[in-house]
Amino acid sequence: MQLSKEQLKLAYQRMRQIRVFEDRLHLEFTRGQIPGFVHLYAGQEASAVGVCMHLTDQDTISSTHRGHGHCIAKGCDIDGMMLEIYGRKEGLCGGKGGSMHIADLSKGMLGANGIVGGGPPLICGAALAAKTLGTGAVAVCFTGDGGSNQGTTLEALNLASVWKLPAVFVFENNGYAESTASHWSVSSKQIVKRADAFGMPGARVDGHDFFAVWEAVREAVERARAGEGPSLIEATTNRYYGHFEGDAQTYRAPGEVEKVKAEKDCLVHFRKRVTEAGLLSTADLDAIDGEVATQIDQAIEKALAGTLPTVADLTTDVYVRY
Amino acid sequence: MPKKTFKQAITEAHFLEMRRDPRVIVMGEDVAGGQGASGEADAWGGSEGATKGLYTEFGPSRVLDTPLTESAFIGAAVGAATQGLRPVADLMFFDFIGVCFDQLYNQAAKFRYMFGGKAVTPVVVRAMIGAGFRAAAQHSQCLYPIVTHIPGLKVVIPSNPYDAKGLLIQAIRDDDPVIFLEHKLLYGVTGEVPDDSYTVPFGEANVLREGKDVTIVALGLMVQVAMDAAKELDTLGIKATVIDPRTTSPLDLETIVESVEETGHLVIVDESSPRCNIATDIAAQVADQAFHALRGPIKMVTPPHTPVPFSPVLEDLYIPRAEHVVTAVQATVPAKKKGN
Repeated sequence: MQLSKEQLKLAYQRMRQIRVFEDRLHLEFTRGQIPGFVHLYAGQEASAVGVCMHLTDQDTISSTHRGHGHCIAKGCDIDGMMLEIYGRKEGLCGGKGGSMHIADLSKGMLGANGIVGGGPPLICGAALAAKTLGTGAVAVCFTGDGGSNQGTTLEALNLASVWKLPAVFVFENNGYAESTASHWSVSSKQIVKRADAFGMPGARVDGHDFFAVWEAVREAVERARAGEGPSLIEATTNRYYGHFEGDAQTYRAPGEVEKVKAEKDCLVHFRKRVTEAGLLSTADLDAIDGEVATQIDQAIEKALAGTLPTVADLTTDVYVRY
Repeated sequence: MPKKTFKQAITEAHFLEMRRDPRVIVMGEDVAGGQGASGEADAWGGSEGATKGLYTEFGPSRVLDTPLTESAFIGAAVGAATQGLRPVADLMFFDFIGVCFDQLYNQAAKFRYMFGGKAVTPVVVRAMIGAGFRAAAQHSQCLYPIVTHIPGLKVVIPSNPYDAKGLLIQAIRDDDPVIFLEHKLLYGVTGEVPDDSYTVPFGEANVLREGKDVTIVALGLMVQVAMDAAKELDTLGIKATVIDPRTTSPLDLETIVESVEETGHLVIVDESSPRCNIATDIAAQVADQAFHALRGPIKMVTPPHTPVPFSPVLEDLYIPRAEHVVTAVQATVPAKKKGN
């Protein structure tokens, strides 16, 4: 199966949207415009987009504290996301969730999640619902190297396999759980080695390479949709910013990020690949860059102009009925 | 009206709701039993047999045995609830809340608020509570204050077979996450239970008897203890009102306050540990809202601040008894009232 020109453009657009969204948040955070914790996804774009290009709104994903990329890749409204991050009433969650809890169930986005390992059990449930209701949907759990060590994750892998659920577990190994290196914290060194222990196929791919991710996930999603059960994907990647905005990152070696940017940047890699193959032109890609830059500028403007919630919003939506 | 046990009422609620709504599924360890083993299917029907027969009627796609994996299956129930199913998950002993709590209090409870009112999570988590089973410290607790504390969760504690059926049907139809807690000493208790489907609403207390001298509030198994105490108080000339809130979240404070405004005295009987429990919560709220009506101290009857002991001798000392309630009432109702 080949990606069409339109699909390639969409993939590049979403990767670029994530990059510019996060770069801009980094800047705005230093200006003191953004309340609370922000964990940026820049550098990992090929993973989120390589996975979500296989999914529709009927398919569900769960995300992490580093969730902006997954939201954009799954088609969440960028203005709505920005408004949410700024705590505005028009935000995707009415300003009550914030960066760590952006969700849009109509897009199959079951939420960024402030609890590492919070998502995997939920994805078993989404996959169970798809299986029970016979919708043909799949459920994809994004988590990281940190999440790979949580008991909830290991339980979810086992349950998904026992129940033969249409689920895919994507481990984005960006090398660090907060400040702790994954080659120290992950006892099996490679997360993919755990797949066999839970009776499911596993693949380890270069998470900077959109095409490698896309190819591996295609197989996993097809397997899930065919009722053959869950799969595990480990995407090795790097985050360009700290664990959170304000993290001095003294745990990283000098020049570490710069080297990744110079040698492995997923956007550079994608551009090179598609232009060399004659699939898209530099002009096509530059045009997308221009559109995205404007889009993110406008999203910031809209967020700043958004309405602040009032005391009337404080106590609503705790329950459906109480 | 036919007489049924508390356990039969629970089973019946499952059957009726599963027949009515194909989105209702049941999951948990041994809810059918014998999964993968070579003996009979539906071998257990839940650790207490309360889900017996469901597997035979509804099959493996709606009655799902799970591995021993509370975090994963409680979380799966929560996740499935966001995607159109109405799962009833059996946690077995509520003491096991510790190994899956995140999926309830950080996930299920918060989705609706955190996602801006767009999420609906109609999940029911059933579990057993309470001492008296000689099951010791890790299988006997009344941990409902912990969940009552969490905005976004509803907490139901039936005290009799009629309420058990009606409240469970309400819980399954409810669009919010519900924690449904069954006192294990109540399973064998019988009472009148209609065969038909009916609901008992949340947040509406049951006033079991009315008396002018003191208001006694009790939950779960303690309702019977309070009723026994009220009979004893009758012989002492003290007329007690006994109120069973039935749900701790939402809590029908209004009925309690109205009663206290008439009696002027409040005693709360709560089997949970004495600090930050339902007794302290009700006491604080009544003191806040109806201090003017109180003519004596609010008294709380609870176990001591200890784990539940194993030795039957100690466990019997641990659990509040009617005589404790009588003593508590006598400590707040003035002696001159006695014999009136």
